[in-house]
Parts: sequence; structure tokens; C-alpha cells
Amino acid sequence: MIEHIDSALVDWSRAQFALTALYHWLFVPLTLGITFIIAFMETLYVKTGDPEWKKITKFWMTLFGINFAIGVSTGIILEFEFGTNWSNYSWFVGDIFGAPLAIEGIMAFFMESTFIAIMFFGWNKVSKKFHLLSTWLVAIGSNLSALWILIANGWMQSPVGMHFNPDTARNEMLDFLEVFLSPVGINKFLHTITSSYVLASVFVIGVSAWFLLKGREQLLAKRSIIIAAVFGLVSSLFLIYTGDGSAYQVAQKQPMKLAAMEGLYEGSEGAGLILLGMPTPGKEINDGQDDYVFKFEIPKLLSFLGYRNADAFVPGVKDIVEGGFEYEDKNGEIQIALSAMEKIEMGKLAINALSSYKKAKKVDDVVIQEESLIIFRENFKYFGYGFLNDPKSIIPNVPITFYSFHIMVALGFYFILIFALVLVFVFKGKLSNKKWLLRLAIITVPLAFIASLSGWIVAEVGRQPWTIQDLLPTVASVSQIDASAVQITFWLFTLVFTALLIAELKIMFKQIKIGPKEGGH
Amino acid sequence: MFESLSHLVLQQYWWIIISLLGSILVFLLFVQGGQTLIYTLGKTDIERRLIVNSLGRKWEFTFSTLVTFGGAFFASFPLFYSTSFGGAYWVWMLILFAFIIQAVSYEFRSKPNNFLGAKTYEVFLFINGMAGTILLGIVVATFFTGSEFSVNEMNFSKWEGAARGLELLLNPHNLSLGLAIFFLARVLAILYFMNNIDDENIFKRSKKQLIYNAIPFLVFFLVFVIWLMFINGFAYNPVSKNVSYESYKYLHNFLQMPLVLIIFVVGVVLVLLGIGKSIFTICTKGIWVAGAGTILTVLALFLLAGFNNTAFYPSTFDLQSSLTIENASSSKYTLKVMAYVSLMVPFVIAYIWYTWRAMNNKKIDAKEMEEDIHIY
Repeated sequence: MIEHIDSALVDWSRAQFALTALYHWLFVPLTLGITFIIAFMETLYVKTGDPEWKKITKFWMTLFGINFAIGVSTGIILEFEFGTNWSNYSWFVGDIFGAPLAIEGIMAFFMESTFIAIMFFGWNKVSKKFHLLSTWLVAIGSNLSALWILIANGWMQSPVGMHFNPDTARNEMLDFLEVFLSPVGINKFLHTITSSYVLASVFVIGVSAWFLLKGREQLLAKRSIIIAAVFGLVSSLFLIYTGDGSAYQVAQKQPMKLAAMEGLYEGSEGAGLILLGMPTPGKEINDGQDDYVFKFEIPKLLSFLGYRNADAFVPGVKDIVEGGFEYEDKNGEIQIALSAMEKIEMGKLAINALSSYKKAKKVDDVVIQEESLIIFRENFKYFGYGFLNDPKSIIPNVPITFYSFHIMVALGFYFILIFALVLVFVFKGKLSNKKWLLRLAIITVPLAFIASLSGWIVAEVGRQPWTIQDLLPTVASVSQIDASAVQITFWLFTLVFTALLIAELKIMFKQIKIGPKEGGH
Repeated sequence: MFESLSHLVLQQYWWIIISLLGSILVFLLFVQGGQTLIYTLGKTDIERRLIVNSLGRKWEFTFSTLVTFGGAFFASFPLFYSTSFGGAYWVWMLILFAFIIQAVSYEFRSKPNNFLGAKTYEVFLFINGMAGTILLGIVVATFFTGSEFSVNEMNFSKWEGAARGLELLLNPHNLSLGLAIFFLARVLAILYFMNNIDDENIFKRSKKQLIYNAIPFLVFFLVFVIWLMFINGFAYNPVSKNVSYESYKYLHNFLQMPLVLIIFVVGVVLVLLGIGKSIFTICTKGIWVAGAGTILTVLALFLLAGFNNTAFYPSTFDLQSSLTIENASSSKYTLKVMAYVSLMVPFVIAYIWYTWRAMNNKKIDAKEMEEDIHIY
């Protein structure tokens, strides 16, 4: 059903989507978090009437505005790239995937864009309270947009609430609530927004620390730091909780991703969680090399976190490719895992059965139609495997997934330390003297972006080769275009995004230097 | 309330919603039109600043409507999304590039240390204004002129046009609608400035420019519509679903759907009235009359393309691959769920209306540019 696909086309299309997504994610988390921080500040202004709070609010609002515009630019591309570069995907799951995108537009984008106009331009046009309400609605609107797109992403990681309709040759939605309330999607949403709150808090603390180091804007800096550190610390606790929830879902729904996150080739019972380690470079399954050059691990913790049982078996990459281990299915029954080769064979049976069904339907052969459908339904669970040939092609890039995951987790705990230290010293009134901490807080800002991007790399590289887990690999999702066309647009996007990023950073740094005195406008 | 509706009725309901979003989008393209007039209407820095700020408070509505239009099309007619976007790759990519450079330009243009310089961002706004309107017009025109693609039995589509969509730019009928939209956007922008900016010079120049832009708009629009009435259209048999050419199809559609004809005529009259009153009297409300007219006219054109057993995205390569609201739509269940979601639309329109009034009750003037608010 899919003609021969050029692997260069798949690679360039993936590269283009990854490029757009990573650039988009450079800007979005700051928007998601800083809008709430601004809303807290403006609430204090309205409650106390203190003009200093208004000045603080407007300063951060200016930085938010610079960041917001470029997030919007990169966002529209992602939506349209589903069509331009992943058109087969768009048909195959559009019946389910399109809905959250449309709801995002209707529910979130208009709320954001309507009230952002009031937030920026309405200071002298509407009442204080209505202005404050608008600021809150911008925060809620941007987070609602995250909700819908992450529900969509969660569904790609763990498709639920649909069935395959052989007549239209696509998946169709059966239960909207099941899609909406999917635990994978909800966990992904909560984990993503809380990580964005942490990032925004780190940003606000970093910029404020710079003011303190320069001996400027003391009051603005200290007030901002208190709000951001408290918000960051509380968010961090939720972040750990949602991170645990996300990892648990990965263990249940995407065991290969979990194995890659931990660099685990050989599964074991009572598997430990790697605290620090180095996967053996160039390691492949059954090559006789150890999984790690070195590792420090907490015994049994991976089994406990992944399966809520310290002695549970955690399958490694090799186990998942070769099958044969026992696992508990969603009905609580013990099953023996199939090998990737068996799944590939079943996938091919499903694809061929669908073709025969279509041919039989054309000539009205009811008997063959029914026979084909039975075979199709028996094997549909592994439909996507039918597009693959090599069992090893179900293995994602282990080193990238492993390092991204560990960098993300380590930085997440490091941010907690920063928030705590900053809070202690600010309440003791000694923060301005702690130059080392202020410098550290500034250096931490880029680290927050690295942690946030790493999270997405874990989620997306770790689920390769799938666009829809088990149902559709990237090779079958892609639009049939010349690889050279995608290559050209890839470089054009790189050029434009990079130029805009440089402009954004230059403007941002300049506005921070100018500071709040001139209103920052 | 949508439970008892048939799949076909839901498909029609969603085509109306898409048509409505499309027509509101065309009205809101006044922002794009205005971006091509910054130097034509603004001769001094402060005049240009007034124009940019007047538009800068509205660009996000256009942007959000475009994104929602795309999302709603994806959700309700995914086969169009996969066929057109994945097929006419270069046209959509050009549109995307035209819109990436817009969003940042307002915010970055007047900021110090902005890397590319204010002029570059003004050029970006101009490119967005011109390419964005013409290309969107060209894509909408293909609803009537067709494209070369095929759809296989698995509903995977393949573009057969050699230039991946660029060939659409060479069709004179596509171009005439593209240019009509471009000049319409400029006309609407001028009417908007007359309503929103308190500056005598800009007002005087606007009046003059209104004539210069209304004439080419009318020429290109009439050329397109008259031609449309005489061409063979893409009809499908409601029972066999077989697609075939039908002489005077779109004229027939008007005659067989008199309500659509009335909407169209009222729309065109309102557009002309809005322009005429603004040229010949001191009326500043032309934007509302012509804006409402634009929405009605475009709505009628969309309904003409998709209703009355017409293929809305025809394939000239293989007639039977043509997309209709029946074969390109989402499942009944999804359309039903989305129909409930569409009930939010009036609520959204209401709060947009309320805030728009709060923000626009006083015209923007040079004094406001000195105030302590966010200025582009």
C-alpha cells in the first residue's frame, strides 16, 4: 500500500520536524510559565496598589512579548507540517488527531490573542480588574493550548479510543473522553507545564540575579526572586510527581523507550535505576559487550518505579526484540511477549489482508471480504510492524535517549537546590552578598532550556521508529515528495529560525540591560 | 442536539463552519493588506508608527483564525489536509514562510538592537501582506479550477502536478482570484484605517488610495466571477458518487441554491456600498459594511464550491479522485463531537466583540504613541 520510500526523504522530513519542534520549544515553556508569574505580580499590584508592582509586572511583560511572538511563528509551522510532510499520517489518524488541533484553535488561541491585546495595550483603556482578568486569561489560554496539543501527542504515544475502519482505511474515533482522559496524555500535559513553570522561574531568578550583581533594581529583583523561587519550588515538587507518572506510563505503554532511557539491553528482575553511567559506545544487541562502561545505580528502583514492584522484570532492548519474556497485559493476565520478527510477520499479514479486502470489495466478493477482515482484525495490533523489515529497526537511538533522560533528571533536581538556596538567602536578607549564588543563578538559565529540550528528545527520539506507537512508523507516515525539496525547506527553516533567534536574543538582552525604568517599551 | 443528525448533515454543517472561518479569515486579511500600505499612506515616522500600531493590535486575530481554519479543516476534512498540504508542497511552504516572518515583525521592528534593522521587518510585513493574500486566494481558487492529484484505494494521495503546487500560480483564473483578494485586503485596510486612526493626512491619502485599490479589486473579482459562471464544474452523482464535468455547474449551483445567490448578491452590494460611501461621503464606518459584505461573499463562494453535489477539491488528473464533502470528511462520530465543540464559537465571537469594542472605542492617535503602554 506504500510505494518504495526513499530513506533520505524520511530522514530529512524527520529532521525538519525535529528542527521546528526544538525551535518552537525554545520559546513556548517560557511563555507557559512566565504568564503565571506575571499574573501573580499584577494580582499583587491590584491588591496593594503599589506602583512598584506595576513596574515589575510591565518589565516581565515586555520580555514575555518578545518571546511570545517567535513562539507563535514556529507554532503555525508545526501544525501545517503534519499536512505538508506527514500527509499519510494526516489521513491515517486525522479523524482523531485533527480534533484536538481544532479545539486548541477555538478554545485557546483566540483566548490568548484577544486578551493579550488588552494585556499589552489596554492599561489605560479598561479597568484595573478587567486588565488583571485579561492577564490571567492569557496565562490560562496559553496553558489550555498546551493541554490540547499534549493530549494529541499523548495519543500518538499510546493510541486509545479508536478503531480501524477498513473501508476508509484509517483509524476513527470511538470515544472522545478516552482520548481526552488518556493517562499518558494527562501525565504528559502535567509534566510539560510544570517543567515550563520551573524553566520560567529559573529565567526570572537568573535575570533578577544579574540586576543584583550589577547593584541595580534591588526591589524589583528581590520581589521577582521571591515569587519565582516559591513558584519554582512548588512546581518542582509537582514535576517530580508528574515525572514519576510519565515514566510509569512509559514502562507500561512504551517499554522500548524505557529500556533506551536507561540504556538497558539485558533486562532483569529487580532492575536498578542508573544514577550516573555511560552506555558502551557502539553497543548492539548480542555483541557480547557490557551494557555500560561504568554505572552507579540505586538497586531495584527502576523495577519499582516502572511496575510498582521492586522485583518486577524490566525488559531490555534485547528482550523486546527477541521476545519470550512474561508480562502482565492490561487485563492482568500473564502473557509471553512476541519477538519483533513475529510482530513484523503479523503486521504484514494485516496489511496484506487489508489489500485483499479492498480488492474483494471492488469485485463484490463477500466471502473473501469477510475472510480478509478476520485475518486483518487478528493481526491489526501490530499493523505498523508490517511496514518494517528488520527487527532491529524498532530500536531507537539508545545513547541520545539515555543521555537526554539523565541530563533532564539531574538538572531537575539541581534546580530544586537553586530554588531552595535562593529562598533561604533572600529571606535572610543576604542574597545580594552571595555573588557566587547570583552568578550560578545566571548560568542556570541556559541549563533550564537544555533540560526542557532534553525532555522532548527523550519523548520523541525514544519512541522511534513510530509516529503512532505500534500502528504507524515514520516510514509509512511521510508525504511522497522529493527528498531534495524537503532538504531545501529544511535549510530555509534553519536560516530563518536562526536569524530570528539571534534577533530575539539580542533584543531580549538589550531590554534586560535597559531595565524597567523606561517602562521597557 | 447533534445526536440525531445524519453523517451527510454533519458534513454539510462542517462545510458551513469551514466556509464561515474562511470568510472571516478573508475579512481579517485587512491586516495583511494594511502591511502593504505602510509607506503608501505613512509619509512620516509617526504616521507609519500609527499605521503599524493600528494593525499590530489585530494581527493575532488573523493569525489565530488562519491556524483555527487549518485545524478545523484537518479535524473535519482530513483528506483535504493530507492531499493539498502534502501535495501542493511549495505553495503551502511559501504561505508558511510568509507567515513566519510576520509574527515577529511587529514586536521586533521598533526595538533597539533588533539585528536585522527596522526596514527588514517592514519588508517582512510587506512580503507577508502581498504573498499571504495572493497565495491564499490562489489556493481557494483551486476549489473551482482543480489540481492534479490522485488518491489510491487506501486514501493515500499523490500529487501529479510537476511543480508540487507551483503550477497553480500559472493558472490565470487562480491568479485573478489571488489578486482580487490582495486588492480587497488593501481596500479593507484602508477602510479600517479611516475608522481607527485619528490623523488627517492618513485619512486624506486613504480616501485617494481607496479608489486606486477598489478599481483593480473589482476588475479581478468580476473577471473571476464571470468566468466562473460559464465554466464546466465538477459535479458528483449523489448515489453513485461518480464525478463528472457539468456545463455551467456553478451557475446552476447559484440557481438551484437561491439562498446562496442571495447571500452572494447581498455581500457584493455591501462591499460596494462600504467602498462607495467611504469615497463619496465622510463616513468612517465603511469597514463594517464592506467587512460584513466580504464575509457574506466569501461564504457564498465556499458554499458554491462544496454544496449541491459539487466536488470542492477537484482533481483534473483523475476526476474520480476529486474530494467531496462526503468522501473527504471525518467519521460521523468525530464530526458530532466537533459539532459540540463548535458551540463555543458564538461565545468566542462574543468576547472578541466585547474586547474589540473596549479597545477601539477611541481612535488611535499620535498622543497615544507617547503613553506608557506597549508600542510597536
